[in-house]
Amino acid sequence: MGDTIASLLIGEIGIIQDFCLDAIPLNLLEMGCLPGKEVRLLQIAPLRDPLYIKVNGSHLAIRIETAKQINITKLL
Amino acid sequence: MQSKSLLNIALVGNPNTGKTSLFNQLTGLNQKVGNYPGITVDKKQGKCKISEHLTAEITDLPGTYSINPTTLDETIVLETLLNENNDSFPDLVIVVAEVENLKRNLFLFSQIKDLQFPAILVINMSDQMIRKGITIDIDALKKELKSEIVLISARKNLGIDALKREIENFENWNTEPVANISDKIDPVFFEAIETTFPEFSLYKSWLLITQQKNCDFLSNELQRKITTFNKDDGKIIKYQHKETVYRYQIINEILKKTYSVDKNEATDIRSKLDRILTHRIFGYIIFFGILLLIFQSIFAWASYPMDLIDVFFANLSELAKTNLPKGTFTNLIAEGIIPGVGGVVIFLPQIAILFMFIATLEETGYMSRVVFLMDKIMRKFGMSGKSIIPLISGTACAIPAIMASRNISDWKERLITILVIPFTTCSARLPVYAILIALIIPDERVFGIFNLQGLTLMGLYLLGFTAAISSAILLHNVLKIKTKGLFIIEMPNYKLPSIKNIFYEVVEKTKAFIFGAGKIILALSVVLWFLASNGHTKFENASEFVTAQESANNLPEKVLNKKIASYKLEHSYIGKMGKIIEPVIKPMGYDWKIGIALISSFAAREVFIGALATIYNVESEGGDFGTIKERMAAEVNPKTGEKRFNFATGMSLLLFYAFAMQCIGTLAIVKRETKSWKWPILQLTGMSALAYIVSIITYNILS
Repeated sequence: MGDTIASLLIGEIGIIQDFCLDAIPLNLLEMGCLPGKEVRLLQIAPLRDPLYIKVNGSHLAIRIETAKQINITKLL
Repeated sequence: MQSKSLLNIALVGNPNTGKTSLFNQLTGLNQKVGNYPGITVDKKQGKCKISEHLTAEITDLPGTYSINPTTLDETIVLETLLNENNDSFPDLVIVVAEVENLKRNLFLFSQIKDLQFPAILVINMSDQMIRKGITIDIDALKKELKSEIVLISARKNLGIDALKREIENFENWNTEPVANISDKIDPVFFEAIETTFPEFSLYKSWLLITQQKNCDFLSNELQRKITTFNKDDGKIIKYQHKETVYRYQIINEILKKTYSVDKNEATDIRSKLDRILTHRIFGYIIFFGILLLIFQSIFAWASYPMDLIDVFFANLSELAKTNLPKGTFTNLIAEGIIPGVGGVVIFLPQIAILFMFIATLEETGYMSRVVFLMDKIMRKFGMSGKSIIPLISGTACAIPAIMASRNISDWKERLITILVIPFTTCSARLPVYAILIALIIPDERVFGIFNLQGLTLMGLYLLGFTAAISSAILLHNVLKIKTKGLFIIEMPNYKLPSIKNIFYEVVEKTKAFIFGAGKIILALSVVLWFLASNGHTKFENASEFVTAQESANNLPEKVLNKKIASYKLEHSYIGKMGKIIEPVIKPMGYDWKIGIALISSFAAREVFIGALATIYNVESEGGDFGTIKERMAAEVNPKTGEKRFNFATGMSLLLFYAFAMQCIGTLAIVKRETKSWKWPILQLTGMSALAYIVSIITYNILS
């Protein structure tokens, strides 16, 4: 298992690799969460869920189970 | 295209782009809120004068990121743009974008363009470009998008006239699509679409195929044609994905040539505020602090205008009674209509204050942070972070609150939210609470600072909230509905709230309340008055009977009149009904007069006070009209000689109103939103049974 958005630490950036289409709502893609895009983890809600991310210019909050479905490579 | 004198314009755009600000600038107070046929989403429309000869009807569509809907609100956008037979089918579309997030806004714009509407791109908040280090080559962007573009700042009212001038010329706009999706995805497949559906543009056919389940408006024949054409849902999903990637490719290429941001200029207020407002301790403290402030102000600020309104209508009744010629008509006005109207108007201060707060929190962008903070907690109760907004709105009125639940995409989370909203303390309960608390709780301070009455009210709020949460847990465990747990929310930039937007929002919501709930309340007051002032033989002969009965006692005329009036009320139609249900409500500590008010308030809670006012007013015919509070305080239980509204009865009533489902409007909206009678019936029986049992227990413990 590689990294997913859920394994980012606050402030870290990753590049989206791929994800299972059935597990990801279309409208997340439409908001710019696409393979090849940079995603940065901005905040984690107090109870470790949801995650507050910035991707492709959009600031979004997504739940951890969605985040776990999106594979990334971490940028150093 | 034909020239028309009235243009239909659709206003679309992402949420948080200032679409509503632009709508308010274009239409001013010429707005009306209607319903889309068959559903209850508010349809905001307004007239706007474009030029000397051209007027437009502008429809403000719900904010959306894409034409492909994920929530019920967003299906409105799809239907308005695809269904040529709807009244608001646009002659042209204004797409509102925001300067900072142009890329994502262009996604929606490219979809609209591909539907081949005459469309104009309006880039809002352009006044912030310099501060944010953004430059846009507008001429190049116009060429790339084959569209007209206007820069505006809706809040500062800049660029609105330029937009109107462009619209005048809309018949000459380029309606070519910007993205040719078929080549990039599967040319053979899209060619087949084109030959199967020659009557529509290619992109429209594609949307009809992908969104078939959201297109109820299609003819059966067309539905069948689509079903036969599309046999492979997996392929559709794959192609939708490809389409999204491809659109962003095009948009990125366009923006590379026309848009640049100097990162050094960007200020970072957002992350600083976020760090505090979503902090794991301060975040919650701030949120609960704000809630406390809201409820405190509803009680403290609203009580002055409410007292004035109460006194005003009491005086008006008296004035009507003394100055109009005696007769049934005057009685109807003084005892039926005036208290009825008063019963509606008295809510205005509370509703207005509450909606003002909610609109402010949404305008500033803070509400999304609350959703973010609360999501995990709310999920434990089977709801979503997005349920917070409906639950808070529920403290004003359950009806708009239930409609606000439409943006929760998960059905189970949405259903539970809808079912528990009526437990939250809506403003219709407030006058009942306020008057009962004033009667049974002493106006004292505890620990020197807290007002005992205020504390009781807060206790009732907490009780309602606890009831909502507990029943949500119960439903979460009982309801067997699969959830996907889909949840995405945008965290918009913080903004100073616009007074104008808040003002329009408050006006619109209060207007909707007055004309919606107000009609029911007024009508019931009149019916009630009629039932209370008419009756059978015993009612007709009341005067002779009581005079004969009391002749030995030699009572002063005033007391005698009062006795006659009481006797009349007891034998009126409504009195009979009250007597019939008296055995059922006796264990709760109520008499038949309270019983009447209780029955009437099953239509709407607030009718309770109005009903008591009507009953006591009819009873005191010819006597004095005090305020309703004074009359209730003076009411005595004839058997014990004690006050009718003593502590035990008062508490029992308070708790009954906290739990019972007494609102026809809410039941109707739940039926429409859940498309089934099952859920409103469950609410009605479950909540009322709970209320009945709790009230009986309370009364018996306290008395």
